[in-house]
Amino acid sequence: MSKTINRRNFLRLSLLGSGGLLIGLQFAGCESKGSEMPVDIDTLDFTSFNAYIEMAKTGHVIIYSPNPEIGQGVKTAMPMIVAEELDVPWKMVTVKQAPLSNDFNRQVAGGSQSIRQNFPTLRNAGATVKLMLMTAAANQWKIPVSECSAEDAIIKNTKGDQLKYADVLEAAALLEVPEKAPLKKSKDFKLIGQPIANVDIDEIITGKPIFGIDYKEEGMKFASIIIPPFGANLATFDAKKALEQKGIEQVVAIGDKVAIIGQNTWSVFKAKDLVDVQWKNIKSDQDSKVIDAKMDKALSKKANKIVGYGQYDKAIKNADKVISKTFSSPYVAHATLEPLCFFADVKEKNVRLIGPTQVPKDSATTVAKELGIPVENITVEMTRMGGGFGRRLSTDFTLEAALISAKIKAPVKLVHKREDDMDSGQFRPKVKYQMTAGIKNNTLKAFQIREAIAQNFGLRPWNANFFPKGTTDHYNIESALIETEISTLWWRAPISNMVGFSTGCFLDEVAEEMGKDVIDLHHEMLDVATGKKLPYAPKRMKEVIDLVKEKSNWGKSDKIQGFAAYFSHNTYVAEVCEIEMRGDVPVPTKVFAAVDCGIVINISGAKAQVEGSILDALGHSRNSEISIVKGKVQEQNFDTYKLGRMMDTPVVETYFVDTNAAPTGLGEPAYPPAAAAFANAVKKATGKRWTNHPFLA
Amino acid sequence: MEFSLKVNQQNFTVEVDPGTPLLWVLRDELQLMGTKYGCGIGQCGACTVHIDGEAQRSCQTTIEIAEGQDITTIEGLSDHGDHPVQEAWKEIDVPQCGYCQGGQMMTASAFLAKNPSPDAKEIRMAMQGNICRCASYNRIEKAVAVAAEKLTK
Ligand code: FES
Ligand code: FES
Repeated sequence: MSKTINRRNFLRLSLLGSGGLLIGLQFAGCESKGSEMPVDIDTLDFTSFNAYIEMAKTGHVIIYSPNPEIGQGVKTAMPMIVAEELDVPWKMVTVKQAPLSNDFNRQVAGGSQSIRQNFPTLRNAGATVKLMLMTAAANQWKIPVSECSAEDAIIKNTKGDQLKYADVLEAAALLEVPEKAPLKKSKDFKLIGQPIANVDIDEIITGKPIFGIDYKEEGMKFASIIIPPFGANLATFDAKKALEQKGIEQVVAIGDKVAIIGQNTWSVFKAKDLVDVQWKNIKSDQDSKVIDAKMDKALSKKANKIVGYGQYDKAIKNADKVISKTFSSPYVAHATLEPLCFFADVKEKNVRLIGPTQVPKDSATTVAKELGIPVENITVEMTRMGGGFGRRLSTDFTLEAALISAKIKAPVKLVHKREDDMDSGQFRPKVKYQMTAGIKNNTLKAFQIREAIAQNFGLRPWNANFFPKGTTDHYNIESALIETEISTLWWRAPISNMVGFSTGCFLDEVAEEMGKDVIDLHHEMLDVATGKKLPYAPKRMKEVIDLVKEKSNWGKSDKIQGFAAYFSHNTYVAEVCEIEMRGDVPVPTKVFAAVDCGIVINISGAKAQVEGSILDALGHSRNSEISIVKGKVQEQNFDTYKLGRMMDTPVVETYFVDTNAAPTGLGEPAYPPAAAAFANAVKKATGKRWTNHPFLA
Repeated sequence: MEFSLKVNQQNFTVEVDPGTPLLWVLRDELQLMGTKYGCGIGQCGACTVHIDGEAQRSCQTTIEIAEGQDITTIEGLSDHGDHPVQEAWKEIDVPQCGYCQGGQMMTASAFLAKNPSPDAKEIRMAMQGNICRCASYNRIEKAVAVAAEKLTK
């Protein structure tokens, strides 16, 4: 790892760049500091060790968090890993968001991979600096470094001498950075596994301007945007009325979109509705109902084989019993509460991009390509994000801001009005899963998933290989792609969200058909899988199932309970959902979750992700639907696009398997089983099988 | 047009179009960014502020209505981020992305000022209008209860 002395200068400059904002805040008289940070760390002199770590003589440490923060908690968890190996007290650590830089691995928030892929690197970043500090102390004592140890920012030798990290800072920084350094044993972790509050908590609870939509600088313009229906193109637009409005400066076409530029957000929002836009090539087949019919047709015959083994067709023919059920989901929007937005300042030779993105690197390369500006001349600063869920893995809105800035030759902040955020949807694909099982001698012998999906990605070997692969002698996974012009994208727990739901519900049906307890059925299936080479470990899956069984008092409880388990994003989750009937309406009251995600970094953040994923799944499966008519999104705002709210929220109880296994992802894997566990409880209570999302439609 | 406003105990004069929602006056004119835009139609609660002590949607409150009233935003809820609701939010580590939380805390603080010892159902009803897209509802609920305890102590 190379030294990055320039980082600080870069950040200093970027802070100056937002000077207008800071002045604005003082003007409003709200300059309160977080109560626990008595020192203004911006006034301290820091020595930089590597891309992650800077230390000051006062003992304060800055740790840069490389990956985008979308609410999944990596801005707290990633620096915790560095601080653990560096061995500094957490209260002396200030976390800062690193900008896009070649110093870091994959700076992406997606696929629940931030912790899993960076765990070794983050540890090494901390451990190497600890070794440098110890070496500097050893040099001063004129003893070998092997006679030194360090803890809580204090270095000791065998004679009992002590030096603080701060005492040897400068000498240490001059040393060669070692490639590798000894790492702690997991049993010696002090910080990892503790409940650590969100590092931005003080800013959040006092309303500090830390989100992309809050960014502002001197001379900046404001923009809103109009989005065409899917598949349609811009014909003409008449902006006369809009331009008569106070504060409106320009209305311009950006490809098939129309941008309104003015002096503040409200004026460009209001003027947007006064622009008379005519679309051409509106397509009547870009329609949820049309797609629905195509899917049903696709499911009636064989589709493309993705994965399979054994003799599925034969096993079905020879089965004593064959059961089949189809599950479906409409399009679902990401609907991040902070709508899509970005700041761009495009100059002739360079570009500054500031805002909420899950993919800073893709943002830079996309803008570079479109504008013909070398990617080295593009800087990307990541703000905190008001939710991501996958939507900010796309670069469309960043590019829009850049194209607008290039066109009007001024810095601009683009904010999508909620309605335009919905129109810009790149939805969770509309999908149907036809599940079929062949039962022989009261054993599950053959299993098939046939998918019909309205998008260009779907079941692929990587997720078709998950549970229940290996649990039956005959297995077949097929997928039919329904082509449309309706944009789709990764959406929290992509693919596994609905295939996990469908699998969880279907196995409940299978168990009922066999007269078996569904947990017993899972055990039987996992016994069959044991010893086979699979992307998941049947033993770990059994452990979470047993843990949730115990915690929920499954089989003994007087509550109405439903169960489901799934493996995705390298993590094992089993859930039991309890419901209550309120009149005719089943309401989830409690969810028990047992999770194996390897070592838990931040227990508070980890539980938050499990709670969030489960409540998210229950909210969407009950309420949310995007329907498309002639390419136009019908649900334009939260009055018709319904989300889960407080009243229908169960209490989530989370249990983690105690393990030394390397950490895996947690932003998504608790999602897939949740709606299945709920629907399975509903089946028990009412005899009715819910197959179609949203349940309450 | 000129309007005078009292926000967080300070007086301001702003020059905006009649009909401008208070939300955008706060964010774009007064640089008070803690009040958030989520829907613009009164559905999400991200823009909640106190007007004369009542929790109100600033996206639905025009500048004419706001003029002359006593307005508090999340930035003014306390001097040092130590309102019992803020402390409870910190203790329970409520925020995920954090975007909705200013609005949640403004709703909670106005509610608790009227009903300092609410039961579980009352808490849920009071918070029903605020969407948390990250679904941090369990912790919001817990934090309101903790704040209530702090307030009555
Ligand atoms: S922005 Fe005002 S209620 Fe949503
Ligand atoms: S914390 Fe993300 S919307 Fe509530």
